[in-house]
Amino acid sequence: MTSEFSFADIDWNQAVWTIAAAALSGSACALLGCYLVLRRMSLLGDAISHAILPGIAVAFWYGGTTAALPMFLGAVAVGLLTAVLTETLRSAAGVAEDAAMGVVFTSLFALGVVMIARLSAGQVDLDPDCVLYGRIEFVLNNSMIWRGYEIPVAMLPLSATLAATALFVALCWKELKIASFDPALATAMGLSAGVVHYLLMGMVAVASVAAFDSIGSVIVVAMLIVPGAAAHLLTDRLGPMLAWAAAIACVSAVLGYFAALYYNTVVAGMMAVVLGAEFALAALLAPRHGLISRAWHQLNLTLRIVSEDVIAALYRAEETSAALAPGAPQRDAGIAWAACSRLAGGGLTGWLALRRLLACGDVEAENRSLRLTEQGRHAAQSLVRSHRLWEAYLGEHFNLPLDHLHEPAERVEHYIGPKLQERLASELARPGVDPHGKEIPPS
Amino acid sequence: MIAYNTAVVLAGASLLGASTGLVGGFAVLRRRALLGDALAHAALPGVCLAFLVLDRRNLPAMLLGALVTGILGVSLLVGMRRATRVKEDAAIGIVLSVFFGAGLALSRIIQNRASGGSRAGLDSYIFGSAATMRLAELGLIAAVAAVCLAIVFVLYKEFKLVAFDMGFARVQGWPAGRLDLLLMGLIAVTVVIGLPAVGAVLVAAMLILPATAARFWTERLGKLLVISAVLGAATAAAGTLISAQFDGLPTGPTIVLVGAAAFLFSALFALRRGAVARVLAHLRFKRRLQDQRLLRAIFEAVEADLPERPVVTAAELAARAELSPAALHRAAAAGWLSAERGGYRLSEAGLARAASVMRGYRLWRLFLHEYADQHGAFGELDVEAVDERLPADLVATLEERLAAEGTLPHAAGPFARTSR
Repeated sequence: MTSEFSFADIDWNQAVWTIAAAALSGSACALLGCYLVLRRMSLLGDAISHAILPGIAVAFWYGGTTAALPMFLGAVAVGLLTAVLTETLRSAAGVAEDAAMGVVFTSLFALGVVMIARLSAGQVDLDPDCVLYGRIEFVLNNSMIWRGYEIPVAMLPLSATLAATALFVALCWKELKIASFDPALATAMGLSAGVVHYLLMGMVAVASVAAFDSIGSVIVVAMLIVPGAAAHLLTDRLGPMLAWAAAIACVSAVLGYFAALYYNTVVAGMMAVVLGAEFALAALLAPRHGLISRAWHQLNLTLRIVSEDVIAALYRAEETSAALAPGAPQRDAGIAWAACSRLAGGGLTGWLALRRLLACGDVEAENRSLRLTEQGRHAAQSLVRSHRLWEAYLGEHFNLPLDHLHEPAERVEHYIGPKLQERLASELARPGVDPHGKEIPPS
Repeated sequence: MIAYNTAVVLAGASLLGASTGLVGGFAVLRRRALLGDALAHAALPGVCLAFLVLDRRNLPAMLLGALVTGILGVSLLVGMRRATRVKEDAAIGIVLSVFFGAGLALSRIIQNRASGGSRAGLDSYIFGSAATMRLAELGLIAAVAAVCLAIVFVLYKEFKLVAFDMGFARVQGWPAGRLDLLLMGLIAVTVVIGLPAVGAVLVAAMLILPATAARFWTERLGKLLVISAVLGAATAAAGTLISAQFDGLPTGPTIVLVGAAAFLFSALFALRRGAVARVLAHLRFKRRLQDQRLLRAIFEAVEADLPERPVVTAAELAARAELSPAALHRAAAAGWLSAERGGYRLSEAGLARAASVMRGYRLWRLFLHEYADQHGAFGELDVEAVDERLPADLVATLEERLAAEGTLPHAAGPFARTSR
C-alpha cells in the first residue's frame, strides 16, 4: 500500500527484538490459552487481561514505572480478583456466568482507563492508547548491553514469564490435563479442580501482565484465545496442540510485524489480524476438523450412499424382471441413465455418483442405460441382503407395521458390514425371506 | 440553566442509556451479554472502512459501516460455532480480538494518511466522547430509542416467550428464529449508535450493567425492563455529567463506572435478592430453626405429663438438643417459656407453638420415611410449613398414622383426638 516500503529500509535490529518480544509473550499466552479453550473459559482469559488494568495503574501511581515488581504483583492480584469475583457473583448472587464476567471485567477495565486518563493528565508516560496498542514498537528504547549486544530490558521479564509458564505446564501436566478434560474425575481423584483453576488463572494473569506492557491488551486477548482455538482444530492431542499454539503465536509475531511495516500501522493490530488469518486457514484446511476436509468427507459419504442406492435399485430391477420373465437373461434389466441420476439425487451429485460407479466398474453403460457388472451385482447383493436382514430384524423385535420397515432399513443398510450381517442372520435363525416376502439374497 | 451543548449531550446519553438498558434486559436473559461485546469490538473496522471509502467523517456512513462489520462478526461467530468444533466462548474471543485488532490497524493507517484532525474523530469510537455529540447524533439516538421502545412494546409477549423458553415458543408456532434475530438486530443497532459516545471497548457494559443490576430488584420481566431502562438512563446521564466536569476523563469508562456503582449498590442492598437481604434472611431462617429445635426438645421433655407443664431442667434440655442461650432468651422474650427455679416452664402459648412444631416434625419425618424418594422434590423444610408443602389428604393420612401410634403431638396431651 505504501510505495516507500522496501526490505532494504528495515531496521533488522529493531525487527528482531520486536518480533522476539512479541513471540515470547505471545507463546506464553498461547500455551495457557490452550487450557482456556479446552476448559471453555476463553472469555475469563479475556476478562482477566482487561481487568488487570487498574492493578497496573495503581502500581504505576506508586512505582512510576511499568516494569517494577509491585506493578506486577498488583496486576496479578486484580486478575485473580476477576476470577474470584465472577465466581462469587455467579454462585452467591445468582448472576448468569457471562453477565457476571461482563460486569466484573468492564467495570475493572473502565476503572483502569479512568485512572490512567487521570494519570496521563499529569505527565505520566502511560495513556489509554498504549493500553490498547502496547509499546512494542519502542521495545528497544530501554535496553541494556550484554556481552556487546544491545538487548531490550523487556526481554528479561518476558523470557522469565515464558519459562515460568512452560515450567507450570510441565510440572502440572497431568493435573491440568485431568482438570481440563474431566473436572469431575479430577475432584474424585482428590485433586482440587478449584486449586488448579485458580493456579491457571493466576498464570493467565501473570502472562497477561507481562505481555500487556509490551504488546498491549488487544493482542493479549488475541494471543490467549486464537492460537489455542486454531491448534484445537489442527490436532486432538494435548502435546501437539500446545506446540501448534506456540508456533501459531510465533508466526503471527513475524508476519504481523512485517505486515505492520508494509501498511505502516500498529504492530499489535496487525498481529491480531494475522492471527485471525491463521485461524481462518486452520478452520479451512485442518486435516480432520477443517471445513474443507469435513466437506470432502461429507461429499464422499453422500456419493457412497447414493451410488449404493443406485446399484441396489439396479439389483431390484433385475430381480423383478427375473420374476416376470423367468429365464430371460439378466442383462436386459438395465435402468435409463436419467432415471439412475434421479435415483442418485440428480444434478451434480447424481452425475458424480454415476461417474464414480462407472469408474470403479460396478456398472456399465449401454444404450443410455446402466446395468450391473458382475462386481457391482455382488456389491448390490450384499447391500440388499443388509437391507432385508434389517427389515427382518425390525419386524421380529420391534413390532412395527410392515410399511414402517423400509425407511429405517434404507438408512441403516449402508452401515451394515459382513460381520453384522452374519450376526443378524444367526440371530434370526437364517431367515429366507424378509417380512415383505422378498428373498434375502445369500452373502 | 444548563448550556445548550450540555443539554444535547445529556439528552443523548440518557436516551442511549435507556435504549441499551431496555434491550440489555433481553440480551442478559438470552445470555447474549458477551455477544454484544464481540459485536461492539467488531464494529470498529467498519467505522474505519467507511471513513477510508468516503475519505471524510460522515456519521451515518460510519455507523452503517459499524453495523455491517458488527453483524459480519456476529455471523462469523455463529457460523464458526455451528460449522467447526470451536465453542461459543472461543468464537466470541476470536471475533472480538481479531476484528478489533484490524480496526486499530485501520485507524492507524487513516491517521498516517489524513491530517491529524480526522484521527480524533476515530479515537472517540474506541473510548467514546459524548462531549462532542451534535444535534444530528441526538436525533439518531432518539429515533433508535423510539424504534426500540415501539418494537419491544408491540412484541413484548413474543420476546418474553423467546427470552425464557425458545423451545416452547417454537412449539407454539411462533417464528422463534426470526424473533430471536430481530432481538439480535435490536442489540446490534443500540450497540452501534452507542459507539461514538461510549466507545467500542465498553459499550457492551451498558447492555450488561443496568440489566444485571435490575435483576436484583425484581423477578418480573416487565418491571425488569423498566428498571433497567431507567437505571441505564440515569447512570449514563450521571456519567456524562461527571466526565464533563473533569479534564481528560473519557465518557465511556465514566458511564461504566457509575453503572458499576449502581450494580454494586443493587447487589448489596436490593430488597429481596441483595446480599444484605440474603444474609439477613439466612440469619432469620437459622434462628427460626434454633427456636424450633428448642421447642421440640422442651415438648419432648414434658410430653408424657401433658396437659401439665412441669419445669424442665437445663440439663434435661441439654441432653435433648444443643442449647443456645440466645434461643432461650428469644423464647423467654416471646413468652413461650419462663425461667423458673431449676429450669424452664412452657407457657400456654409456648405449648401450643411447641405442639405445632412437633406435629410438623413428626409428620415430616414420617413422610420422608414412607416416601424417601420424594426428598429431593421438597428440599430443606421448615417443619412448620408442612401443611403448605404436602397435599392436605396426605397430611391427614399421616396424622392418622401418628394418632394410631399415639405420637401425634397435641397441647392437650398424647391421647387427645385432634380437632382436624
